[in-house]
Amino acid sequence: MKSTSLTLRRATDWTIRALSMIAAVVGIIFLIWILWDVATKGITALDIKFFTERTGPYNRDMGMANAIIGTLYITLLATIIGVPVGLMSGIYLSEFGRTHPLSVGVRFFANILMGTPSILIGVFVYTVIVLKMGNFSGFSGGVALAIIMLPVVARTTEDILTLVPNELRESALALGAPRWRMIIQVVFRAAKAGLITGVLLAIARVSGETAPLLFTAFNNTHFTFYDAEGPLRYVYDMNEPTSNLTVTIFQYAMSPFKEWKELAWGGSLLITGAVLLISIVARVVFKGGKTTRV
Amino acid sequence: MQESQKKTRQNIPDLIFRLLTGICAISIVAVMLYIGWELYKGAAPSMKEFGFRFLVDKTWNPVLGEFGAASSIYGTLVSTLIAMILAAPMGLIIALFLVELSHPVISRIVGSAIELLAAIPSIIFGMWGLFVLVPIMQTKVEPWLQEHFGYLPIFQGTPMGVDMLTAGIILALMILPFITAVTRDVLQMVPPVLKEAGHGPGATMWEVTKAVSIPYGIRGIVGAMFLGLGRAIGETMAVTFVIGNNHEISSSLFASGNSIASSIALEFGEALNDPMFKSVLIQLGLILFVITFVFQVLAQLWIGQLKKHERS
Repeated sequence: MKSTSLTLRRATDWTIRALSMIAAVVGIIFLIWILWDVATKGITALDIKFFTERTGPYNRDMGMANAIIGTLYITLLATIIGVPVGLMSGIYLSEFGRTHPLSVGVRFFANILMGTPSILIGVFVYTVIVLKMGNFSGFSGGVALAIIMLPVVARTTEDILTLVPNELRESALALGAPRWRMIIQVVFRAAKAGLITGVLLAIARVSGETAPLLFTAFNNTHFTFYDAEGPLRYVYDMNEPTSNLTVTIFQYAMSPFKEWKELAWGGSLLITGAVLLISIVARVVFKGGKTTRV
Repeated sequence: MQESQKKTRQNIPDLIFRLLTGICAISIVAVMLYIGWELYKGAAPSMKEFGFRFLVDKTWNPVLGEFGAASSIYGTLVSTLIAMILAAPMGLIIALFLVELSHPVISRIVGSAIELLAAIPSIIFGMWGLFVLVPIMQTKVEPWLQEHFGYLPIFQGTPMGVDMLTAGIILALMILPFITAVTRDVLQMVPPVLKEAGHGPGATMWEVTKAVSIPYGIRGIVGAMFLGLGRAIGETMAVTFVIGNNHEISSSLFASGNSIASSIALEFGEALNDPMFKSVLIQLGLILFVITFVFQVLAQLWIGQLKKHERS
């Protein structure tokens, strides 16, 4: 230690203490400030019409019903594609190829994919799906979100399966169970809470994404149900440009109309509430264990 | 878990299952390479047309078909730099608060709150930035900065609020949780006995942190900074709302600008029927891809070294 006076050293120490406390308070203030604005500006827009009327055109009963349904369908599609592939990749990394050179490469690329800006995923899906199919589609939006989910689910699955003690695997194998049954029935069961948490966090992460949907799902002012009547009347046609909350929020917030900006705040409250709710539920599910971070 | 070397024990379903998981794992590598290839292919016409001049040219005129990436690259780097200057020290001292100063219960609550900040979608940051932060920057913060530090070249011009500085602040808020969380974990890993060795002779909390904890965890802390940087550099929606989308280069932070990501987000729609414009935007994407790729690789090599370091 340098020979500075005790008073000076104490003063420095207390300054740092004070600063760090202030910094923590500032962080919290910004969180509360943002949430407060989203809640108060959004709540006034959330009336019945918000949930029953569709987006655009201007000057009629306006809501976001088609965008809400569209976001649900796109996120569902992303989950259906991204989660199984991610889980399987995680199984490979943890159960089969833990030290295999291939796994080193997969982990490396998974981390890089996680750090790839989501707008680039959007451009990529535009060039490989939208251009080839000839139109924007909810399907391509779902694929873009699935690509974002894939490495997240893979790495969390690996981390969580690695926590399962080997004794469990050994006892299952000793009883004569084949490896796949051992993994599905023993390892997965032991890691259930963690896996659910990982999947929920991945869903929370993509459901608020906007950039990858701009040139894939695009947007739509209509309900794009398959049929007006028939059994498919509740199913969205994912080959059409599909309305979704985040792109609608973007367009409405940037618009010059006061009513559209208000709707955008309503949409923001809905999506923020949903994302935070999923994140919190995920944490509660996992509260028994230690959080693993990638 | 050691793999069984006896192939005879493996039955057919096991082999199929193993193969399936392997294919899924390889798909991650394949997608990553495919993204790079597609961006390269899409950017090829633009690269052929403009060559290396593209990187240093700040012309941007879609009507005449003249393009340069300089203003976008500049805006991306400057907004990221502002974010890092603000978020890095703040993340570090918040982590210090969580690990060294606060009661464990408070630490957990504050820690979770900061992590919640990371869960807020980026479009919300953008909207909040545009409608709440921009007016405050325009009428309060920036005039104040100009009044007191107006002689600096970075605080010139009329404060509009929609500018580099606001973009940097929004980015800082977005990466703060990542830097804080990783730094906290790193500081928590410092063995108590090392810190006690510092406290024993009478060193203060800050002296112990400076002389023991930070040197001990420096690799992890730098890794955290890399993570934050990688996030800030490619962030799209939040920046798009507040940066102003102006293809100019100005030394003033009160001037509006654009980032690579914000240009793609705002202009790709206009470029759909103009093959060269589209290729230019995809080349911007390729540049962003290469920048983030390099940062990610560096971060991983860095963290890989860290793990080796821990084992030895």
